[in-house]
Amino acid sequence: MSINYNEKIPNNVDLSSDRRLQRALEGWQPEYLKWWGGLGPEKSNDLNVYLRTAISVEKDGWAHFDYVRMPDYRWGIFLTPSDSDRTIDFGIHKGQPAWQEVPGEYRSELRRLIVTQGDTEPASVEQQRQLGRTCPSLYDLRNLFQINVEEGRHLWSMVYLLQAYFGRDGREEAEEMLERHSGDPDKPRILEAFNEETPDWLSYFMFTYFTDRDGKFQLASLAESGFDPLARSCRFMLTEEAHHMFVGETGIGRVVQRSCDLMNEHKIRSSAAEDGVRKYGGIDLQTIQKYLNFHFSVSVDLFGQELSTNAATYYNTGIKGRFNESKINDDHLLHDSTYSVLELKGNQILNVDVPALNAVNERLRDDYIFDCDLGVRRWNKIIADSGIDFQLKLPHRAFHRGIGQFSEIQSDPQGNIITQLEWERLHHEWLPTQEDKEYIQSLMQPVTEPGKIAGWIVPPKSKINRLPFEFEFVKFN
Amino acid sequence: MIEFNTQIEQYKHWSLEIDGVIATLKLGVNEDAAIQTGYKLKLNSYDLGVDIELHDAVQRLRFEHPEVRTVILTSSKEKVFCAGANINMLGISSHAHKVNFCKFTNETRNSIEDATSFSGQTYISAINGTAAGGGYELALATDYIMLIDDSSSAISLPEVPLLAVLPGTGGLTRVVDKRKVRRDHADYFCTLAEGIRGKRAVKWKLIDELVPRSKFTEKVKERALEFAKKSARPENEKGILLTPINRKIEEDRITYDNVSIEFKRQTRIVNLTVHAPKGDLPTTTESILEAGANYWPLAMARELDDAIMHLSFNELELGTWVLRTSGDADQVFAIDQTLVQNQDYWLVREIILNLKRVFKRLDLVSRSLVALIEPGSCFTGTLLELVLAADRSYMLDGSFEDSDDDPAMLRPTEMNFGALPMCNDLTRIQTRFIDDIENVENIRNEIANNLDAAVANELGLVTFIPDDIDWEEEVRIAVEERTSFSPDALTGMEASLRFAGPETIETKIFGRLTAWQNWIFQRPNAVGEEGALNLYGTGKQSNYDKKRV
Ligand SMILES: [Fe+2]
Ligand SMILES: [Fe+2]
Repeated sequence: MSINYNEKIPNNVDLSSDRRLQRALEGWQPEYLKWWGGLGPEKSNDLNVYLRTAISVEKDGWAHFDYVRMPDYRWGIFLTPSDSDRTIDFGIHKGQPAWQEVPGEYRSELRRLIVTQGDTEPASVEQQRQLGRTCPSLYDLRNLFQINVEEGRHLWSMVYLLQAYFGRDGREEAEEMLERHSGDPDKPRILEAFNEETPDWLSYFMFTYFTDRDGKFQLASLAESGFDPLARSCRFMLTEEAHHMFVGETGIGRVVQRSCDLMNEHKIRSSAAEDGVRKYGGIDLQTIQKYLNFHFSVSVDLFGQELSTNAATYYNTGIKGRFNESKINDDHLLHDSTYSVLELKGNQILNVDVPALNAVNERLRDDYIFDCDLGVRRWNKIIADSGIDFQLKLPHRAFHRGIGQFSEIQSDPQGNIITQLEWERLHHEWLPTQEDKEYIQSLMQPVTEPGKIAGWIVPPKSKINRLPFEFEFVKFN
Repeated sequence: MIEFNTQIEQYKHWSLEIDGVIATLKLGVNEDAAIQTGYKLKLNSYDLGVDIELHDAVQRLRFEHPEVRTVILTSSKEKVFCAGANINMLGISSHAHKVNFCKFTNETRNSIEDATSFSGQTYISAINGTAAGGGYELALATDYIMLIDDSSSAISLPEVPLLAVLPGTGGLTRVVDKRKVRRDHADYFCTLAEGIRGKRAVKWKLIDELVPRSKFTEKVKERALEFAKKSARPENEKGILLTPINRKIEEDRITYDNVSIEFKRQTRIVNLTVHAPKGDLPTTTESILEAGANYWPLAMARELDDAIMHLSFNELELGTWVLRTSGDADQVFAIDQTLVQNQDYWLVREIILNLKRVFKRLDLVSRSLVALIEPGSCFTGTLLELVLAADRSYMLDGSFEDSDDDPAMLRPTEMNFGALPMCNDLTRIQTRFIDDIENVENIRNEIANNLDAAVANELGLVTFIPDDIDWEEEVRIAVEERTSFSPDALTGMEASLRFAGPETIETKIFGRLTAWQNWIFQRPNAVGEEGALNLYGTGKQSNYDKKRV
């Protein structure tokens, strides 16, 4: 094989002198490209897309912009440069040097975590593969593809870890990552939220805001891992994840802005669907709230059970930390401390102190919810600045849950426990109905002329590489 | 540190007298010469130190005395043959020591039976006083038991009624399985603290012969000569001297002439390498005799045996043994050919029997065994047994990068097909392919052939065959992961998986008896404050937990 690895696969892991990795990638890369061709963005092979490619971890290297034919995108392998003195910050190995190799005793746990994280990356590409057909603008289309190739790169990062550190088992897991598919009845993706399709652009913005944000928190806690290559991979992925969430936040913000603009323009008082902005091709705030409710609740599920022995083990053994571990002011052992969680007691939801070690998942969920709320406040500012009396809200964490104790009950968005009958009667007020979905679907008409945009969203304020919205971000050959 | 090497001049507890074809091993335990402090070895009771001498004597009789055809086990003390394992010693010993002690004493008794069965050296017991517990079990290891009829000397297995433990050296198994005592008789006998003497002992087959006091010595000699006549031991052959083995122990390594060991204490791993012979090898019986204890298969086996015992007793935390070989496989092959061609020669027979016992001891170690087959190794024939004894094996497919070494090969020889059975009486290959006789034949057809990793894998001789790219990581992870599991669970798992196939007296002793005994050794009824082992001799009554478990 005479591939110039550094040219074809930009990396900072010394790929050209790592035979083991080269061989593993030689087998995997064609399969990956096949997967991308078959399940990546639809009909995208001939497009020239103005993409950012990471070609090094240096300041000027991580964002190299140019037109790229997407199958020729150079998926690279980058880890945040190593800090040779790094020690483990938490758990029973606290203070010991971070592991540069997989400790044999934690092999299966680490592998499972990496596989679970890695599995989400191609899953979202699969979920979003049809969105290219209905893009609201070339700018948005380009952002979609940018995120897609980056999710592809995240998969590469996780596959790199599996192939470089987990021997044959790791290679097999890497192969299976391309064999599972989102929504496949026989071989679905591991996490349920990644088997739901992303049928429209509103869902897509919600997904990148809420579900990618789960990714951010998972990556951030893996970035604390005692297994240094994992920590470094995740740190570099976080820089890209920030952009995905930005697309989500600004996307929703632009839809909200359009909704407010239409209300003001047409003197509409009601934020509801029936007599609101739908007449004028906008998306009413109440429907936005319903989509928010849905995506928030399924994303909150991704954090798992409230009390988890797995999470406790991961923490205790130094495999997976908490969000911003080093900034937390405690003993980083959690053997004696407690943490307050919401618990279902009969028909009430109460605060209960539980062993902090078992509540590591719940704490991460708390951090996540806090972070989600920041964007909601910015959208509400858009609404308020437009002089409209309406507020978007995150639903209560007990609302519409499929995992954890709250999955056993029904709750309204405020966290009041309700009966199954009440739920049947009222859920259409809280979650998108078939009619809502059909309406949103009806708006999904492609706009591919440079500088033009669909009627349900406003153009962005931000620019890509200082280029205006009118720039031809995607060229159709 | 417990030292397993000794020689006759250093014995404190046994004396060995040779009279023509008869040897007499007399137990005369020196009360004050226990291997540890804290107890006295009263009434010819024994501890590990006493048994190490017995083990040494059995080995020497085989190799140094080809003329000896019968070995009489008796006591030099009045009225007491042997009172078994010292109770106070058991009381103060750690659980690990008790278990190790039991295993070693069992292996010694098995080697006595092995000498009787295969070496033409029949052991008989002349019980000239009380034989209690382990004392009677020692007699049970011999093929003929004579009891003095003095109206006081009795045989007994009083462990259950007196000590709340089991007879730990195969007594229960041998009473019913070897001597074919009826189970109800055995049941009664094993709950009778004072034991049985006189005619009933003969009638119930607990002994073979009751001899009046006045005729005892004479009769014993007469029987010994009768057994000697049936022996196929050679005439007019001189023995070889089992010279002290050459061993150097350092902090993190042990070096023998043919075996080298390195420890990684932090990771609790032992790297054990067996080295192939170098230079010209003897090929005739004369030259083998001349080489004596320096002849490679004997020297290597004695060193390996010492290493196994040393590591088992003295290095409890080194839980994973990584087995390797190095050197010229052709030399090992030549050795096997010489052994097979000369297997009827008494010394070669002893050498093969000794190899068999050493590998059996390896099968029984409470350590994880991982064999690594790399270029430069010589897992041929006899040494292939190391791979087959291991819980798992990794064979490098091809060579390491930038190395001119030839790829690793395995090579079966005739030695893998009967000379070195496990304690289930099957070869390791038969045990491995317990339902696949055809594959055993396929492997037999490969005798003398070099098998590369792909073929060895196809034949099922190895577990995994990573290539050089995966090798290091795969092996490291496997070994590290192993060391993270519970040592107890691993020991139980390995012991359960290693011995597929039929039961034999030995498998019953090491499987059932040992497992039950080890359980009892953990239970308060035996070792608790009010347990029998602790209260023995205090006059106080044990207070048992009455629940059956
Ligand atoms: Fe991602
Ligand atoms: Fe993402």
